[in-house]
Amino acid sequence: MSVFLQFLFSGLTIGAVYAMVGLGFNIIYNATSIINLAQGEFVVIGGLLMWLFSESMKLPFLISALLAILFTGLIGLLMERLTIRPVKKKDLLLMIMITIAVSIVLRGLLMFKFGKDPYTYNPFTEGDPINIYGAYIQQQTLWVIGITSLCIILMYLFFNKTMLGKAMKACAVDPTAARITGINVERMVMISFVMSAMMGAVAGIAVTPITLMEYDRGPMLAVKGFCAAIMGGLGRGRGSVIGGFIIGILESLTAGYIHSGAKDAVALIIMLIILFFRPAGIFGSKTIIDLRRF
Amino acid sequence: MQITNRRIFLAFFTLVLVFPFFLEGSYALSIATFAGINSLIAIGLCILMGYAGQVSLGQAGFYGIGAYVSAILSINFGLPVVLSFFMAAAASAISAVVLAIPALRLKGHYLAVATLGFGEIIYVIINEWGPGGPSGFGDIPKFNLFGYVFNTPLSYYFLIWITLMLVMAFSINLINSRFGRALRSMHDSEIASNAMGVDVPTLKIKVFVLSAVYAAFGGAFYAHYVTFISPSSFSLFQSVLVLMMVVVGGITSLWGAIAGAIIITLLPEILREFKEYDILVYGLILISSLLFFNKGLVPIIIERLKKGYKGT
Amino acid sequence: MILQVNDITKTFGGLVALEEISFGVHKGSIKALIGPNGAGKTTLLNIISGIYPPDKGAVSFNDRSINGLSPSIIAGMGISRTFQHVELFANMTVLENIMVGRHVRTKAGLLSCGFRLPSARSEERAIRTFSEEILHYIGLSHRRDEKASSLPIGEERILEIGRALATEPTLLLLDEPASGLNEVETIELSILIKRLRDEKALTIILVEHDMRLVMDISDEIVVLDFGKKIAEGAPAEIQNNKLVIDAYLGEDDL
Repeated sequence: MSVFLQFLFSGLTIGAVYAMVGLGFNIIYNATSIINLAQGEFVVIGGLLMWLFSESMKLPFLISALLAILFTGLIGLLMERLTIRPVKKKDLLLMIMITIAVSIVLRGLLMFKFGKDPYTYNPFTEGDPINIYGAYIQQQTLWVIGITSLCIILMYLFFNKTMLGKAMKACAVDPTAARITGINVERMVMISFVMSAMMGAVAGIAVTPITLMEYDRGPMLAVKGFCAAIMGGLGRGRGSVIGGFIIGILESLTAGYIHSGAKDAVALIIMLIILFFRPAGIFGSKTIIDLRRF
Repeated sequence: MQITNRRIFLAFFTLVLVFPFFLEGSYALSIATFAGINSLIAIGLCILMGYAGQVSLGQAGFYGIGAYVSAILSINFGLPVVLSFFMAAAASAISAVVLAIPALRLKGHYLAVATLGFGEIIYVIINEWGPGGPSGFGDIPKFNLFGYVFNTPLSYYFLIWITLMLVMAFSINLINSRFGRALRSMHDSEIASNAMGVDVPTLKIKVFVLSAVYAAFGGAFYAHYVTFISPSSFSLFQSVLVLMMVVVGGITSLWGAIAGAIIITLLPEILREFKEYDILVYGLILISSLLFFNKGLVPIIIERLKKGYKGT
Repeated sequence: MILQVNDITKTFGGLVALEEISFGVHKGSIKALIGPNGAGKTTLLNIISGIYPPDKGAVSFNDRSINGLSPSIIAGMGISRTFQHVELFANMTVLENIMVGRHVRTKAGLLSCGFRLPSARSEERAIRTFSEEILHYIGLSHRRDEKASSLPIGEERILEIGRALATEPTLLLLDEPASGLNEVETIELSILIKRLRDEKALTIILVEHDMRLVMDISDEIVVLDFGKKIAEGAPAEIQNNKLVIDAYLGEDDL
């Protein structure tokens, strides 16, 4: 039992990251119908910048975190400005390749700056792990889960209670109609990139003390985050959160009970099965898409 | 083949035949050989993406299947290399069918990520359960045919490039035929293509299989050339490299695929001093070719030439 | 009867698009399908050409049920069509568009095409000759090597008909062929459609909003309104039908 719980906790930790990446996919997808395959790099950038500011430059914790989030947001902004907006004819295939190219450039830059070594820094709070029925849960794990929950709540409030959030939702449903009602669609697209980059950064900052972070983690994170996103049905926030946790837990159980090398295959196989048999996601039907959407 | 195509083909073939005599040393020959192997995979992806309009981010998977199956069969089961080649192609074709049947309902992003997932699964499998695991294995026999072993760089160069030219002739014929028109029509309008009697689902499977077989042959040629393979050659990055070759050269041109393959293969040689940071340079090249000349090199050159003719 | 539609019902997520539609089409006739927007005309064409199956009911072609067959098989049986929103192969030339229409009547496979076997070569020549003839027939020979996307709308619609002809259909479904055409082009189109019936002995189902064209060329008319058939008969009868006039009230076509 305690072993099982242990696996469950580590599954929840990594699942929270997948959920955040999945959410990031959804934010951009909802505003632009683009799948941003560079989403994983945002997480890596968040983690590595946090190390840079807090460990290398010795800045205070909160300032470092704030800077890391802002800088990652800036990268999201630059990505949109330099590589998404200039493309006149947004051909699907072209957009996929562009986001791949951006992810390669970002990885290259990360390696240039940080090299190939993994980085880590101290957990947010010092203290002994908490014992729950014989399983030990690190305090940082609680931080990860807490921060993820906070992000989810903030997202919910943003999309449902603020004018800006509602405008972004409108762009997703019908960009032309949104434009007619006076919404600046280009601006919404830009904001969506900045937001999902910052979301990735938050996930990276929170999880790095547990999982360490190196420059080439991005693609796998992107694939698994995408898996979470389609599990809940692309474009539906709540679904991708649940999807992220499910994948994280299954992965951790596979690594624990079956074979550690098989854990990546598990997420991929789940993804293929969902794509092939339930491409609309496994939660609910299409008619309640709007209820599911944040 | 049409007249112009035939002329270009013959000119290029001649170039291929005389080219090695202007090269110095076996190192340059081996680069040329790698360029040929990459061209083979790129042509397959070009037909799949540029003509049939289907995305694949998993070509490294088929490439890996080709290399591993052929190598394992010839080492562990003592199969003649030629036979193991065709078994590798068959294995790759079968996995393409298995992937394509459910995947062909998918479009765009979904198809892209499904094929990417497929490629990654193959990578995980060979990394975990392949001979030698992550560090790979060696002692793969050199390619041989009717008792002749292709063990000099020059002989292997000719083996690859002559095979490539045959594949190229086959592909050009295909594109300019009933089959090729069906592919292109499916790209432009699936619904109309279907209504005109093109069996779109079956056609998609066929073209997936075709590209998988090209990639598998590439993989098998690679394995029996370098005689040592490890999973790192078949990672997601390899799929992206193949994608780059096709995009840089021009996605709607078979010659573009070869041009792209040559450029991308030469790149690390040209960028020797960047060695560690080549990934950054690759990314910058890919993104600038996507943003500034997304038609690709060869179509742009052809356009310029046509304009030039009209000008005089 | 070359085509018989029996009790066809089709719903989309609770919305009834077609409700128990039945009618027959005489061989060699032009049957028009009219009705206000959203009446279900295109849905009916899509069901006949196999794009989606009906929820209930049956379509039989030459006394054979074609329910549940794929569009490509139905094309092979001799039903071809055009599209309301032009669905040409935009990146292919005018001639190539027509050559795709020959796909269903030819059979060279992947290998024989790739190796250019003699059978594939002679077939290719036959495809080319046949397609050139069609191009001549529809009067687009001068556009032969231009990209389909470069044609004006009038010629696009004609090319779609030519492409459909290349499949050698016995039944041709035309979905709003006059939409977007000017008066002269519409007259040319009506001449072409009549020639298809008279010279090529084709049966034609015509979905169209241009009432002058419909009344001018059709032998029989079926009127749909909100998924229901409200009238069927010769043009003169339809013009005086109370129900039809009511359905169109507010539209100034009639």
